[in-house]
Amino acid sequence: MATAGTAIRSLFSTQEKEFLADWTEAQLNATSLRGDLMKESELREQSREFLALLRVAAQTGAMDRVDGVAWAQVRDFLQTVSRSRAQQGFSPTETAMFVFSLKQPLFARLRATLSNDPQQFADESWVATNMIDRLGLFTMEMYQKGREEVITRQQQELMELSTPVVQLWDNILALPLIGTLDSERTQVVMENLLQRIVETGAMIAIIDITGVPTVDTLVAQHLMKTVAAARLMGADCIISGIRPQIAQTIVHLGVNLQDVTTKATLADAFTVALRRTQAKLPQSGA
Amino acid sequence: MTAADRVLASMAVLESSVIEIRSSEDVVRVRQETRKRAVAQGFGLVDQTKLVTAASELARNTMEHGGGGQVELLPLDDGARKGLRLIFTDRGQGIANVEQALKDGFSTGSGLGLGLGGARRLSNEFSIDSTPGAGTRVVMARWK
Amino acid sequence: MEKIPILKMGRFLLVTIQVDMHDRLAMQLQDDLTDRIVKTRARGVLIDISSLEVVDSFIGRMISNIAAMARILDADTVVVGMQPAVAITLVELGLSLDGVRTALNVDKGMALLQERMADDSR
Repeated sequence: MATAGTAIRSLFSTQEKEFLADWTEAQLNATSLRGDLMKESELREQSREFLALLRVAAQTGAMDRVDGVAWAQVRDFLQTVSRSRAQQGFSPTETAMFVFSLKQPLFARLRATLSNDPQQFADESWVATNMIDRLGLFTMEMYQKGREEVITRQQQELMELSTPVVQLWDNILALPLIGTLDSERTQVVMENLLQRIVETGAMIAIIDITGVPTVDTLVAQHLMKTVAAARLMGADCIISGIRPQIAQTIVHLGVNLQDVTTKATLADAFTVALRRTQAKLPQSGA
Repeated sequence: MTAADRVLASMAVLESSVIEIRSSEDVVRVRQETRKRAVAQGFGLVDQTKLVTAASELARNTMEHGGGGQVELLPLDDGARKGLRLIFTDRGQGIANVEQALKDGFSTGSGLGLGLGGARRLSNEFSIDSTPGAGTRVVMARWK
Repeated sequence: MEKIPILKMGRFLLVTIQVDMHDRLAMQLQDDLTDRIVKTRARGVLIDISSLEVVDSFIGRMISNIAAMARILDADTVVVGMQPAVAITLVELGLSLDGVRTALNVDKGMALLQERMADDSR
């Protein structure tokens, strides 16, 4: 029906302020309220903005097509709310309640407005329920996506944190790698090392793989590419702690290690690095 | 950014765009547009650089060896990942021996292979269709 | 018309590339540079690419050309400030800047040039 939701539409336009007050009250009195996670003023503002967007969408678009263009701004707003609430620590249900809590106050107002027309009340509340349900479900989906993004980002940060680059001396950095390396982690770690080289102006980076039990071909390739990239930038790398098996892998790859210095231990590598950098100390203080 | 801005921004990069490649200024334009779209698709800095560099190589090839042509940039989204595809087309002399062209390294000086082999190494997906006398079509893509 | 500025720093010349270069600009730079090397009898050239977010084979060739021409004119070339993302991409691309020394920044680049100059005069 093209005119489905007439009463709802009219309610949004003519009773917006009062309806907003009802709805906000309902949220503040709900058991699912998380006053510890969000200030009342923020909740009021979110509700006010959402209702305004709802009014516009209801006027321009069909209420049973919340996936349509007219509802794009509403969906966008819900996406933002979901993401921010996910980050604030709300559960999926608590977040979706933001939308579902519209039902009670909306039905109450509709009943008051349509007290003389139970049939229309039934029709309108059906339209309202559908609309709110769909928006609520959409909110939950967006929450899910938001959480996935947070997890991915946290994983990334964890990867970077777990392999810190250490400054051993002026111009000398060390990257002690520990544990099994997978391709993705190695890439992140290596990019981080190159970034630190730029930031510290280090001339030599010691990559120590004593704590790495095995290195597969992909990881060995990343290592070699990092050494090559550091060279291109103007720094040098020393690789220390290579076990016999790892040496074999590198040789099987056909990688030319002749111009890359390798040392048995981090200490040895440091001695070499120290000698090299001392020799190049600029005469004037820097 | 308001909700409205976001809607507009997302609409802007959902569609593909086409850039004519005739001069070296156009090559610069291709780099800039590729960068913009790579950022929009959420690529990290290193991946962005690889995309822009590959695009630069292919755009230059289109200009120099293809006698000019165009590139179409398509944002990709298969639901699980996002990506970017670039399709370079020209009506130039075509490449007689694609295998050979892909093999040439940079150290051999100027030549057709420089851009192609390099661009392939920087892409996840890469294909060339070329008919001598009729033109060339190079498709490259990178996924997040 | 825009031009890439060339600064004189003692016996060396410093070129800072900050714009996305098109062909004409690159040609202009090579011409200007060879000119200045001769005029100032410069013994070294520093090319600062710390602002360059992309280095493709064209730029790579330009840098190699500059280094080759400078060499003929008895000047060394050092490229400084390459960004990590650029370095990683160049390795993947397979572009090696043969015959071109690199340093992390202008200070280190100058130190390198001074070293070479001192070596030469022994």
